[in-house]
Amino acid sequence: MQRRTFLKSSLASSALLMAAGAGLLKPTRVLAADWNKDAFGAKDVASAVKAVFGTSDATDSDKIKLKAPALAENGAVVPIKVSSTLADVNKMAIVIEKNGTPLAAVVDIASGEPFFSARVKMGKTSPIIAYVMSGGKLYKTSQEVKVTVGGCGG
Amino acid sequence: MARTMKMKIKKKDNGIAEVLCLVNHPMETGLRKDKKTKELIPAHHIQKMLFDVNGKNAADVSLAGSISKNPLIGVHVKANSGDTIKVSWSDNKGESGSAEKKVP
Repeated sequence: MQRRTFLKSSLASSALLMAAGAGLLKPTRVLAADWNKDAFGAKDVASAVKAVFGTSDATDSDKIKLKAPALAENGAVVPIKVSSTLADVNKMAIVIEKNGTPLAAVVDIASGEPFFSARVKMGKTSPIIAYVMSGGKLYKTSQEVKVTVGGCGG
Repeated sequence: MARTMKMKIKKKDNGIAEVLCLVNHPMETGLRKDKKTKELIPAHHIQKMLFDVNGKNAADVSLAGSISKNPLIGVHVKANSGDTIKVSWSDNKGESGSAEKKVP
């Protein structure tokens, strides 16, 4: 009797382990290669930018257009739009300086124009910085957005 | 759980198409607390969004939890009338989805 229950339970647990292993390993393997965990987990702007572009030295450029509201009433939904007239753009990033994890989005462009639009969450009043990698050089532009009600946590 | 996706394609000049994609997704940062139980709500947000034109990757977007819920993402890709644009996404819990549409 004891032997039987032991067999049963060990069989069940090994089956569970296998299922968990198969279920958990698959997505992490796919995503780990793609999603830049270090960059998105970074707590400050410089290390986030460095993890994305390999450098954090950026020059201000007026060839990047960042469209964001000057005053956002609701920090949970702040519409932003980034476009650029720089040539050879292959990567762009959106950083919200005073968020807990500043990096919001990274765009890799294979064939298309440098353009990105989204709605972001902002914890409090902060500058939004758009980084654009063009011909191996990093450029940026920023705009301050005032937030009256924060959209991160509560 | 099936998540609804909406796609909109606007044709621009010189072979560029604007793709707008809306996914019905909670986009939890993992930093928010449940008001009743005072426990952290686990992170659940889209990590990757891929834009393909005729099966070839055109843009590749990585997102953090700081994107608003039900994200509406827009990019410009090179595409002509009749080309098929496919958008696929995956999140940190292994959920994924995709939608495709022809350029008008």
